[in-house]
Amino acid sequence: MGHTMAEKILARAGGREQALAGEYVTARIDRVMVHEAFVLCALKLLKLGIDRLFDPERVVVILDHYFPAPTEQMARGHSVARELVERFGIPHFLGHAGICHQVLTERGLARPGDLVLGSDSHSTTYGALGAAGAGIGITEMAYVLATGELWMQVPASIRFALQGSLPPGILSKDVILHLAGRFGTEVAQYRSVEFAGPVADALSLAGRMTMANMGAELGAKFACFAADAVTCDYLSRRSGERVAPFGPDPDAAYEAEHTVDVSELEPQIACPHSPGNVKPVSAVAGTPVHQAFLGSCTNARLEDLAVAAAILAGRKVHPRTRLLVTPASQEVYLAATRAGFTEVLLEAGAHITASGCGACPGGHNGVVASGEVCLSSTNRNFRGRMGSAEAEVYLGSPASVAAGAVAGEIVDPREFWRGQIGELAAAGAS
Amino acid sequence: MAATRVRGRVWKFGDDVDTDIMAPWNAMALPWEERRASVLRIRPEFAERVQPGDVIAAGRNFGCGSSREQAPENLKLLGVAGVVAESFGRIYFRNCVAMAFPNLACPGILAACEEGDELEFDVASGEVHNATRGVTLRAQPFTADMLAIVRAGGLLEVLRQRFAASGDEPSP
Repeated sequence: MGHTMAEKILARAGGREQALAGEYVTARIDRVMVHEAFVLCALKLLKLGIDRLFDPERVVVILDHYFPAPTEQMARGHSVARELVERFGIPHFLGHAGICHQVLTERGLARPGDLVLGSDSHSTTYGALGAAGAGIGITEMAYVLATGELWMQVPASIRFALQGSLPPGILSKDVILHLAGRFGTEVAQYRSVEFAGPVADALSLAGRMTMANMGAELGAKFACFAADAVTCDYLSRRSGERVAPFGPDPDAAYEAEHTVDVSELEPQIACPHSPGNVKPVSAVAGTPVHQAFLGSCTNARLEDLAVAAAILAGRKVHPRTRLLVTPASQEVYLAATRAGFTEVLLEAGAHITASGCGACPGGHNGVVASGEVCLSSTNRNFRGRMGSAEAEVYLGSPASVAAGAVAGEIVDPREFWRGQIGELAAAGAS
Repeated sequence: MAATRVRGRVWKFGDDVDTDIMAPWNAMALPWEERRASVLRIRPEFAERVQPGDVIAAGRNFGCGSSREQAPENLKLLGVAGVVAESFGRIYFRNCVAMAFPNLACPGILAACEEGDELEFDVASGEVHNATRGVTLRAQPFTADMLAIVRAGGLLEVLRQRFAASGDEPSP
């Protein structure tokens, strides 16, 4: 009998012939990603008298949640982080190059078949590269940093076979929101998801990252795509090394297989206060929007900015609405600028911020007030997530966010759809 | 050795209580006394009146969302002795094991207790007993590895012992 991606990865990482769903392994971690939480982890280790890491080469530290520092306290945190990176001798300190998951991908630091643990719940994003990515908290992260290993249960796997083809104006974000609405935010609790079928195969790497990212909103431990030519070409270019394809065995055993045809899909909107409270855009059209946010590890890549620029070109952001754009990384920001997207966005009235997590977790760079509505390209709309507990956050695709910014209310983005600007979006695909 | 058994007065919560409502981002860096009122602010009287040793009985997907350990940490700081829920968000649950904070998944718990009931549970046996109503449920107990972490007092204590035992004592 064949094995799922989760089983294959945890068998190798656990040093076993095979690892079946339900079994426990002590897994060796291939790549460890820590954001600002690094300070707390490192201080815990030092308190225990541990002053070296299992393998600094495998560790990546990056500052994204609070960059640029909004308060003196956060600035101090960043300063301590830099000192501790030095002290522990970590070569992969990526400073503030952008949002962690985006930057690791750009640098080729997560590969097909890798087991990647991050201090961020959206570490499922690495599944877009054919890796098994999962989030952990700071205590477990401290343990991993010291030992390089962690206990893990081999998850059962659920396969989503995505059939048909995406209609114009419908993006991978609409697909993952549809899955969260239809199957619920617990469908993959303690489980690994595999996205497959012609729609998954046809998605760009950026589109896959959006879906793997929001696998966390299905409750998933891992959310994977098989690594195919799209993945391997990208990573080979980025790492300068040959990267081999990786996927499940054809006869792998799944706990459940769901076939979903996306050909008739409408734009999807997650309504307050759960990413699973999803409705077709027509059901919520007309809801006034005070803040439109295009950002986060979910949807702020080059092709997302291309979609927004295409919709906003020659149009103006509605006077009621402020549009905030936070590119996923410095690299994305630069590429978007070279492609002319940032000029289009600025002319439309958008405010572009420094790369980072920005407004998504409600820390800074666009916190929302009581009574306000935010239409956001992010992954979570929990009550109070982006600021006031009396604000309402709606989640949608980059197209829905850009169209909503123009209309000043939630609107069907297909009324504004012009495709993507230029070839660059497809070529960049990150 | 940390306890696996907990007994306390029940506070009831529904489904999908997320980490952001247990530890709102904009309150996370505040000193405890200033952020206390922000914890589970969907129900403000909770942070105000919860007593040390009380327990939470909750619905499905308790702790869904972020990896922030401040979520279970805040519950511990309020004095919550443990949580029994229909099911848990996976990172939250792992954080609780790592912190030796007894949290047990027990399908049927919401129907088996009311607010204010006296609830006793043990993550080692999986037994959940409502002393007020005389109802007992059986949940999946922790595995031996999870119990070892809880009994040691948390994963950092396991780490300390591991480094001490290996003689791999790092330089001071």
